[in-house]
Amino acid sequence: MKLDDLMKQTSGWLKGTGPHSEIVFSSRVRLARNLEKVIFSNWANKDQLEHALMMIEPKLKALEQIKNNGLYLKMSDVSSIDKQLLVERHLISRELVAKVQSKAVVISNDETVSIMLNEEDHLRIQVLLPGFALDDCWKKSEQIDSVLEKQLSFAFSVKWGYLTACPTNTGTGIRASVMLHLPALVLTKQINRVIQAVVKLGLTVRGLFGEGTEAAGNFFQISNQVSLGRSEDEIIDNIKRIINQIIEYEHNARNALSTKNKSSVDDQVWRSYGILKNAHIISSSEAIELLSNVRLGIDMGLIKGLTREVVNELFILTQPAHLQKLEKKTFNSQQRDTKRAELIRSKIT
Amino acid sequence: MVCQVCGKKTATVHLTEIINDQMTELHLCEVCAKEKGIAGLGQPFGLQDLLAGLVDLGTPVPAGNKKTVLQCSNCKMTYEDFRKNGRLGCSQCYDTFKESLEPLLKKIHGASQHLGKSPLREGKEFKAKKELQDLYLKLQKAIQTEEFEEAAKIRDRIKKLEKENN
Repeated sequence: MKLDDLMKQTSGWLKGTGPHSEIVFSSRVRLARNLEKVIFSNWANKDQLEHALMMIEPKLKALEQIKNNGLYLKMSDVSSIDKQLLVERHLISRELVAKVQSKAVVISNDETVSIMLNEEDHLRIQVLLPGFALDDCWKKSEQIDSVLEKQLSFAFSVKWGYLTACPTNTGTGIRASVMLHLPALVLTKQINRVIQAVVKLGLTVRGLFGEGTEAAGNFFQISNQVSLGRSEDEIIDNIKRIINQIIEYEHNARNALSTKNKSSVDDQVWRSYGILKNAHIISSSEAIELLSNVRLGIDMGLIKGLTREVVNELFILTQPAHLQKLEKKTFNSQQRDTKRAELIRSKIT
Repeated sequence: MVCQVCGKKTATVHLTEIINDQMTELHLCEVCAKEKGIAGLGQPFGLQDLLAGLVDLGTPVPAGNKKTVLQCSNCKMTYEDFRKNGRLGCSQCYDTFKESLEPLLKKIHGASQHLGKSPLREGKEFKAKKELQDLYLKLQKAIQTEEFEEAAKIRDRIKKLEKENN
């Protein structure tokens, strides 16, 4: 696979399938691993970084998920628009883009597995799946970790577990996240209470594009904070229980809306649909808000003949780098707003 | 909405962060956001970046150790470097700075004993350590289920094993 092939396909995690996909956008598990005694990326000099890369690179290329038509990219060879594209597709972090020296990523051809090299940690193994599928994410990432640990000596202590560059990841090195679409909890003004409760239970809440982003389009990414002193199963179990409850709240809120406020929900959904279908200039934030309403319409059975997958994909395709890749041109933000509207009109028919 | 910094341009970057129940909102225009390193590909600021502050809190300098600067022999990182960056230099730093890291890890995670997956390395020493780890797991469960008699037994076995290992 080549980098440009990404544009020809829908990321595996955007398919809109999987358990509870009417509310859960995607699930993700990432594991942080480092090589024993090899200097961590942030503290390493050029040669040391290259050394780490050389040790890990062949092992990653040999992984079954990558060997089979996967993608290997050295970040120094990737253009800035492609870097942004990979960030928008949730395949790499913004940290990997900041300094490109001796950094790399491998990506499976369905985009559900991506492993970053020389990010904050030597290895960041990520498995991203559609719907509420944390167990599968953990199983798959654990399996990759087990293959790699036979060939690489990972930094580990019996007391503190896997040793990571940042002490907030020490122990299991796991971060399990679930991206939720909670428009009804937002509409019924219950979301702040839910977030406060989630934060009290030791989880973090972020937006659609990860750390430091706002919860645009009613998307909330919930993940564990604690990585030490609990087993991976326990961490995942804990977050699953909480997510299950939130799913139930969102369902209840949707039911309440469709019985008590039917016409106002209908209005919001169809009004959004109408704007998306007809607008000629649309900003990224407006597009996300309206797409969120349309997705709610699909999930509540109001809109038929438009699939969740199309809408999911539009959340990503309407991002700046994707728009410019589609048109193979660079645009300023006003041109992008026109192109974005054009793209949406072509998909929502 | 107008940018909170320049007060002129329209705010297009909106940032909401919730840390320990405290919600803060920032509304900035693209230019000011870039200057602050928030927009697009800039550095995000998150919980991890606040770590440097936390490192300060939990780390009294050991008495009598004031003159010698603690430095990792493998990667040459000093504790001062770690304090500044919030990131360690290599796996050996964990050993070098263990006295300061222990309270820090406890503060972050509320625990300081790993209970998750271990690499399947062979060797006697590792198996002994693994046994220790399993015992910690059992101890935690016994305490949770309030089987204190059992917990006391496990604790004694842990103490014995730890002595042997050292």
